[in-house]
Amino acid sequence: MTTEQEIPTLVSPEMEESRGVWGEDRVSYPVSPADIRKWAIASYWPEKPPRIFWDEDYAKTTTWGGIIAPTDFNPFAWPIDRPPRVEGGSRQPGTRSMNGGQVETFGAVMRPGDVITARSRLKGWNERETKLGLTMFSETETEWRNQNGKHVKTRISTGIHY
Amino acid sequence: MSVDTPLDVRLGVTTMAVNVDFDAVQVGDEITAWSRETDFMSWNRYAAVNDEFVYIHMDDEAGRAALNEQGAFGMGNLRYTYMLNALREWAGDEAVVRECGLQFRAINQKNDVLTVTGKVTEKKVEEGEQRVYLEMNVVNQDGVGTTPGHAVVVLP
Repeated sequence: MTTEQEIPTLVSPEMEESRGVWGEDRVSYPVSPADIRKWAIASYWPEKPPRIFWDEDYAKTTTWGGIIAPTDFNPFAWPIDRPPRVEGGSRQPGTRSMNGGQVETFGAVMRPGDVITARSRLKGWNERETKLGLTMFSETETEWRNQNGKHVKTRISTGIHY
Repeated sequence: MSVDTPLDVRLGVTTMAVNVDFDAVQVGDEITAWSRETDFMSWNRYAAVNDEFVYIHMDDEAGRAALNEQGAFGMGNLRYTYMLNALREWAGDEAVVRECGLQFRAINQKNDVLTVTGKVTEKKVEEGEQRVYLEMNVVNQDGVGTTPGHAVVVLP
């Protein structure tokens, strides 16, 4: 029977090979005003979202000169092609994971019509014993740029695997 | 008040967007409290726009299989959204969130009332920007900080 103590490492050869290597670019569909409006409604539910996200007349009076997307807006939602999903809920040691958190730095705001290009890489990891047993904290770096090559954001997300 | 009354009205919290002036901000200032009661109505809407349909956030059986006895639980990304929403409400539409980060330390259970808190820890002009540094959290109705984090906001 496998126990958590018998797992020497959670680092796979595939991880070693991919460390620091950028993956292929992913390109979003153009951001639409409806995408922005729906995102804002959902994220402010049940309150009315700020006008900067849906009222063009108001948005024109701001420094932005028009509607902008919420800071956390995700233009990559709802792709036609998608990788198979790995569901959580596994009880098997070494295969369990959870979202540890993230840090994002932001540049250009997203606006209607923007097309965002993203790339990601496994930045690194560290492994140590925790109350969960052998635990690996992995960092994935994701970078977004808009159609003008402007930096939109960089996200460093932490995955916890145990 | 009925359950249809907005939560912030029920709690007596004002949701008016307030522009904060860099010169007026002081270290120790707290941001406007921003609260939401979270349940499937909020989770499902967020799942819909973010295309985030994950069983542990939708199905009690899956939630329990993931060792949360109460069943399905809320998405961490939604708490991140709440944090950014709170920063916008405090700082106003002219401000820019330059950085925001957090750690998910506790689960968001169904019907939790989550409140975003934030306190100014530093202010300085950096790279030509008037930046305010804040320590952040998302606190539940029991006063438990579920999501410690930080933010850097550029103020006019």
